Amino acid sequence: MITLKNLHKSYVTGSNSLHVLKGISLDIEEGEMVSIMGASGSGKSTLLNVVGILDNYDSGEYYLNGQLIQNISETKAAHLRNKTIGFVFQSFNLISFKNALENIALPLYYQGVTRRKRNQIAMEYLERVGLKDWWTHLPSELSGGQKQRVAIARALIGKPKVILADEPTGALDSVTSMEVMDLLQEINDEGITIIIVTHEHDIAVRTQRSIKLKDGNIETVLYHKSNYKAVASF
Amino acid sequence: MFDLDKWQEIFSTINKNRMRTFLTGFSVAWGIFILIILLGSGKGLQNGIDSQFKQDAVNMIQFGSGTTSKSYKGLQAGREIRFTNEDYEFIRKHIEGIDKVSSRYFMWQNRVISYNQDYGVFDLISAHPDYIDIENATMVQGRFLNRIDIEKKRKVVVIGEPVKKALFKNGKDPIGEYIKINNIPFKVVGVFYDKNERDATRAYLPISTAQMISGGADRVHSFAITSNLSAKESEELEKTLREELAKRHRFDKDDQNAMWMWNTLKEYKKFLNLFLGIQIFVSIIGAFTIIAGIVGVSNIMIIVVNERTKEIGIRKALGATPFSVVSMILLEAILITGLAGYIGLVAGVALLEFVSGFLPKEGFFLNPEVDFTVAIVSTLVLIMAGSVAGFMPAIRASRIRPVVALRDE
Repeated sequence: MITLKNLHKSYVTGSNSLHVLKGISLDIEEGEMVSIMGASGSGKSTLLNVVGILDNYDSGEYYLNGQLIQNISETKAAHLRNKTIGFVFQSFNLISFKNALENIALPLYYQGVTRRKRNQIAMEYLERVGLKDWWTHLPSELSGGQKQRVAIARALIGKPKVILADEPTGALDSVTSMEVMDLLQEINDEGITIIIVTHEHDIAVRTQRSIKLKDGNIETVLYHKSNYKAVASF
Repeated sequence: MFDLDKWQEIFSTINKNRMRTFLTGFSVAWGIFILIILLGSGKGLQNGIDSQFKQDAVNMIQFGSGTTSKSYKGLQAGREIRFTNEDYEFIRKHIEGIDKVSSRYFMWQNRVISYNQDYGVFDLISAHPDYIDIENATMVQGRFLNRIDIEKKRKVVVIGEPVKKALFKNGKDPIGEYIKINNIPFKVVGVFYDKNERDATRAYLPISTAQMISGGADRVHSFAITSNLSAKESEELEKTLREELAKRHRFDKDDQNAMWMWNTLKEYKKFLNLFLGIQIFVSIIGAFTIIAGIVGVSNIMIIVVNERTKEIGIRKALGATPFSVVSMILLEAILITGLAGYIGLVAGVALLEFVSGFLPKEGFFLNPEVDFTVAIVSTLVLIMAGSVAGFMPAIRASRIRPVVALRDE
């Protein structure tokens, strides 16, 4: 599903160049649930942004669903993000002036789905994350856990192949965190690949594989065998 | 372009960000409003001055005789020049380009005119029949002086409306009545209306009668003529008149003291220049108002785009293409400035209409109105400016990598 070959990425600020990713090679299979761990500054968020085509990279190769992602136009990147990738952010990133339903329906707007149709679909997803009665609420009127569930519904509505979650539980208490993880697990069980960036061990052990980054390199890969399904061939 | 869903998205954004929409809209509406008021006021001032001038014929030349200041062909300087009835006939018959002509014999100014017990002090003007057109006056009763009055030296008089009001009480019909001027009875044959108050408190009598009564023989003091000529042709006419009369009375044609001249067309031209000045002034201020509006709109658009950076980042992460980001911001800008511009336009025109209802029908400020083309064009310019102002930040926003826009503060 996702293949990275010797990926490099630097940030240039003024005369300083910060080498963030120093040749990452990685394979993530379809249907896998992977966590990326590491201290802050280890490059885990950068890696996720590159995989999400939110950011570009300097050298190496990145294949998403068999397609080489290299020097593609913003428009093409937008289409790819829209169709293949769903994002879940630590700070939710809901649009503040849109209610829960409208926030969830937004990816479908960019797919050209009619308003009536996308609101109908959004309602189904709201129901799925258990917030049907909250559809008129603005993000400011929802709790953190509710916001993240809305964000997950939004990430799911475009029927993506991959969900990228950047510290999805970072702003939540432990009980809510586990609820969100349950939801992500449920989604993964349907066959959607999930990559979670986290620094919490509790979260990482719930994934099948933890990739630990240190200073822009993969330090260790830890398999949580108990989380593999029968079909896994590792 | 016409994508209903896109417009719904824009409307919902506008509807949910009312303060921002109001501020953007207000700066545009205010700019257009001020511009309309400004243009309307300029026009009102121009209309007012224009109407003041039209009280007299604008193409009038007056001239009269004086005393020579240069010796000419053996004649001493200091000689008094006297124009006569013959000059009048000559000018009437032989000078090209003249429309109306009248000569005047100066006699009693501020004379007491009485009718029975009532009396008043008015100007007495002796003139030819053409004089009514030269003064731009109109008859309201009876007739003006005619050729037979002049030939027969009749003792008839045409009075202004204020004179009639002063002498003939209780609406008594003055036509055919005799009024006394210097104790000489004159028959009233007409009443005239003149827009100019000063020119209305008068009585006109035939020049021949005036000459006879005051023993002036064929002496004429001044002439007034009108023409349908351009300013340049009018100057030519001035020159011709001066040359011909210099020849007839043997004075140097360059001697300004021997013959004085007053050309209202020249004065009118000066006022036309003043109008031009006013127009340029108004245009410049108008242009600056538009520039101020453009700056205001640009400012707000930049702020709006900055404020929406995060939202744009989210939209891009969810699959918004750069084009959809630019068009969303632009269409919103155009919609708001267009609507607000229209509101400003309507409000400005409404205020002008409202104010003109309370203005006096005469004076230096009349019918403030605005050239509709100018109004529409300036509104369009502001909308364009709003779009351009929105375009640059929109393009910039569309180029921001979503990761930058999404970065937590």
